[in-house]
Amino acid sequence: MRFTIDWLKQHLETKYNDEKIIEKLTNIGLEVESFQNQISEKDEFVVARIVNKNQHPNADRLSVCDVDIGKEEIVKVVCGAPNAKKNLITIYAPPGAVIPKNQMKLSVSKIRGVTSYGMLCSESELELSDESEGITELSSKKYNNQIGKKYFKNGSPKVIDLSITPNRADCLGVRGVARDLAAAGTGKLKKLNDNKIRFKGPQKIKVKISREKNQGCSAFGSCLIKGIKNTESPKWLKDKILSLGQKPISAIVDVTNYIMFDLNRPLHAYDADKINNSIIVRNSKKGESFEALDNKKYILQENMCVISDNSGVLGLGGIIGGTRSGTELDTKNILLESAYFNPKSIRKTSKLLNLDTDAKFRFERGIDPNSIEEGLVKAAHLIQKICGGEISKIDIKKNDTFKKIQIKFPINLFENITGFKVTEKEIIKILIDLGFVINKKNNDLNLIAPSWRPDILQPIDIVEEIVRIKGYDQIKTELPKKIREKPTLNKQQKLFHFFQRSIASKGYYEAITWSFTDSKINQLFKEDKNETEIVNPISSDLSVLRSSIFSNLIVYLKKNLDRGFKDISLFEIGPIFNGYKPGQQKTVLTALRAGKVSRHNWLEKERIVDLFDAKRDLIQSLVEAGFDDKKIFIDNKTPTYYHPGKSGAVYLNKNENNPVAFFGEIHPNILKIIDIKTEALICFEIYLDHIKETNKKIKDQKKKYQYSDYQKSERDFAFIIDKNFKVQDLINIISEVDKNLVNSVKVFDVYEGQNIPEDKKSIALNVTIQSKEKTLNDEDLEKITQLIISSVESKTGAKIRS
Amino acid sequence: MSDIIKIKEEYLNKLKKNLDLNSVNQLKSELFGKNGKISNEFKKMGSISAENRKKFASDLNSIKDELQSLIEKKIKDIEINEINLKLQNEKVDVTLPERNFIRGKIHPVSQVIDEISSIFSEIGFSIQEGPDVENEYNNFTALNTPDNHPARDMHDTFYLDNDKEFLLRTHTSPVQVRTMLNGKPPFKIIAPGRTYRSDSDQTHSPMFHQVEGLHIDRNINMGHLKGCLNYFIKEFFEVDKIRMRFRPSHFPFTEPSAEVDIGYELKDGKIVIGEGDKWLEILGCGMVHPNVLKNVKLDTSKFQGYAFGIGIDRLAMLKYGINDLRAFFETDYRWLNHFGFDPLDVPSSYRGLSR
Repeated sequence: MRFTIDWLKQHLETKYNDEKIIEKLTNIGLEVESFQNQISEKDEFVVARIVNKNQHPNADRLSVCDVDIGKEEIVKVVCGAPNAKKNLITIYAPPGAVIPKNQMKLSVSKIRGVTSYGMLCSESELELSDESEGITELSSKKYNNQIGKKYFKNGSPKVIDLSITPNRADCLGVRGVARDLAAAGTGKLKKLNDNKIRFKGPQKIKVKISREKNQGCSAFGSCLIKGIKNTESPKWLKDKILSLGQKPISAIVDVTNYIMFDLNRPLHAYDADKINNSIIVRNSKKGESFEALDNKKYILQENMCVISDNSGVLGLGGIIGGTRSGTELDTKNILLESAYFNPKSIRKTSKLLNLDTDAKFRFERGIDPNSIEEGLVKAAHLIQKICGGEISKIDIKKNDTFKKIQIKFPINLFENITGFKVTEKEIIKILIDLGFVINKKNNDLNLIAPSWRPDILQPIDIVEEIVRIKGYDQIKTELPKKIREKPTLNKQQKLFHFFQRSIASKGYYEAITWSFTDSKINQLFKEDKNETEIVNPISSDLSVLRSSIFSNLIVYLKKNLDRGFKDISLFEIGPIFNGYKPGQQKTVLTALRAGKVSRHNWLEKERIVDLFDAKRDLIQSLVEAGFDDKKIFIDNKTPTYYHPGKSGAVYLNKNENNPVAFFGEIHPNILKIIDIKTEALICFEIYLDHIKETNKKIKDQKKKYQYSDYQKSERDFAFIIDKNFKVQDLINIISEVDKNLVNSVKVFDVYEGQNIPEDKKSIALNVTIQSKEKTLNDEDLEKITQLIISSVESKTGAKIRS
Repeated sequence: MSDIIKIKEEYLNKLKKNLDLNSVNQLKSELFGKNGKISNEFKKMGSISAENRKKFASDLNSIKDELQSLIEKKIKDIEINEINLKLQNEKVDVTLPERNFIRGKIHPVSQVIDEISSIFSEIGFSIQEGPDVENEYNNFTALNTPDNHPARDMHDTFYLDNDKEFLLRTHTSPVQVRTMLNGKPPFKIIAPGRTYRSDSDQTHSPMFHQVEGLHIDRNINMGHLKGCLNYFIKEFFEVDKIRMRFRPSHFPFTEPSAEVDIGYELKDGKIVIGEGDKWLEILGCGMVHPNVLKNVKLDTSKFQGYAFGIGIDRLAMLKYGINDLRAFFETDYRWLNHFGFDPLDVPSSYRGLSR
């Protein structure tokens, strides 16, 4: 909402300066976006002095002037004026300036072989007078110190630009803004002039609002103005329209616009001679069309509120008029419309047609239904003043009566909500100034809301009115108490934060990528999940919700590889989706790691990362989070986007159904499709929702502290075993031989190849044996050693290697 | 008797000399070996008369101890000498680089969420979460934003079905609705999370982060709202003084509503939060609208309170001098390295939010 400060003062009598007014506007909830001089085309014309005049080399009548325009450099201007002379002070127009008289835009140009930078102007070119002989001569006394300054001063009014919240329909007119300021003590709202009009005759064009379901118009006021002479608007009106940032069109259009911005009362003027017989306000039929004033043809759907005549649609009620009945400069008779359209209907229609107009913007927020007559009177009066003509009686057809909003306001509600007190007297004054009708009863105020405030419906709205007018700076600051009655995080949230930092501490950089992704890539990772499409995606490559974090992360990994990074570790913790309904999402931590370990290090031999790096980072984090590594169970049932032979699923317990994590390499075919080239790429995922919540705190999870000081012994074993036999099971068998004695089992060699049958492998293990009760003697050790060998051999078919 | 004194004298003398390790070991075995001189003396013990035996044993033991400790000392001295000799050749260029170290990073948005959580935890808020996919009711209708309301224009919504029944939440406010529908008052929660609007340019990203706040109890008024946000902003920006103003605004789900601006100034093109004369809008808030409370079946005659919504990415940008919102989600390794945080930097109240 833009308007000049002078326009505001037409409605507001105030002794406050501009700054105070601006500050007040923001303080009462009418946020000032900007307050500045309107940029004017005339700003570019500056006072200049001719420092030197030389004869043009190729033209007798032209001269080349060196002109001081107040800048460091003197400019050269070719000039044809006979009065140009050294030391003359005149008006200079730079390249880019538009000459008011002929609207010509200047550019740097060569005039008979000499380049001219801008122009020295005559009075007639600047529309200062009719004097066109020679350039403007300014008095050197007055302008001597003004070289380089703008010639036109105060030419551009100060314009306020307000950002009006959707609830404040009333402040889309200057008067509404003035009313709020007055209520806030920044002056007095001026009375509107009563326009005395002599109405002549009835409004002869028949108007009918058809009675039908979903009728979007509830009142239609109109009057005829006959025998007018439409014309250009007078200067005051043009200036008003210009200050809005709009272009003046004709007196009739400018007046209707002016009333809209002044009183927030949209109007429409029809060329009465172009209306076929009568006006019918009705619902549109599917397929009807019309050409609107924006010169576009609109094809309508069912149930859009249209103004029509016997020939068809004239315009969309409250949104835009049509060209068929539009006013022109030669229009003689007009029908002026002032109506009330239902906000929802307006909004629905404009959304469907993707149409936005100033009228639509106002009607969808709610126009004062009681302003129909006032709007017609004001506009008709102005039009008559400018264009002459006879005004008919006003005709108002109503389909519905407007109900007054009555509110019972308990006075103490104000203090309950805001925490501070305002006297009853002051409350009443504020409400009266805002236009409420008040009737006090006991501790309540019975209020009738002003008809221009469709947003006020219940007591809380009254609280808001009073507190914003009083000022939010009146609200006391109650310091918060540092008391915590509930834990900040629940178990699941703690786990989230723990994993986030645990994984980061292992060298991974946390990424946050979009929850949506490219369907083409998502297909590679979605498994059997339902993929959810976004109906209105921002772009076609972000058109589905991600079924896996890999869908995004792997693309970003590739981008970083392309940037020349080789060793990259990335992770993200966030949602993945398996449906389009709330709750069909899971929280997953996904990590990717590419490249080498110890690259270019003089101490260590570099090597590519492998899946056991991924497994280490994953298992270590699980253990750090408090899960028992002795219970963790691994199998190889992994999603299809993993390398089938180089990936594993992790269970916190052997008998759990859902794996909590996966690790391994990405399927080589996928890398091929995405075209990722790297030395090595490993990954893992943790499904946080699959981790069952335990009620145990860490203090309860800790077992009793037990230790043994008796001597421990180590024994090494090597078994030849089936190639497919899982080492995990081998370790379990050994551990189970005697839980009291077998302390730990470590794998220190895995060998296949020479000296080993083709379907076998050799596993070398180091077993630590220690008793809690005594130092084991040779005999004890020999016994347990034999037991380990016999158990393994009998349970697995393995053979001890000698 | 004098035998053992003699042995002692003899060997004390021998040990005085400058000896190498072998010679000392030689002397040691001459004395204490299987047929060593002291060992032999011990063997004589049985043949000594009872009355002399005690004294003999005591003398012999003390001589043994004296010689033994002298030998041990001699050996240690020689060994230390040898180490010292060796050290002269044991020099390493310590300016050579260390082994590659491991260093990860926490995303600035995650860090700021933890900072916010830490601040609100101090004054009794707990963390709630809600789904990213919401239904139209929780995201709009329950929040007093009916269909065909102009306020919906402010939210360019991503829809997931043609009936516009399911969508990506446009703000974290539906968590308010879920929290109140599923629990009993009082409510004192914050809800950080991802939010989505179909808007994309320099300052808008189709995904961004918000934190919702909700405090509902008996007698919670705008003074508490002001105090809570005042406290939060001061703590978050970690400055002693900060100018702040509440100004009226409009949100369908709060009434009265406010926007909060903080003071800043520009120094060398950088925004400095605190006492400057310019205002920067950082959050929206207000008293929860009675219509919302009714929608979640709360008795408005007993319970009332406030809610607020803060853009997390914007807070991160302001606090840590990040210029481009889009970079947050582009996963540029260089950017993550530059703006990311060390995982050990967990924000907490006792050691400060940030270093």
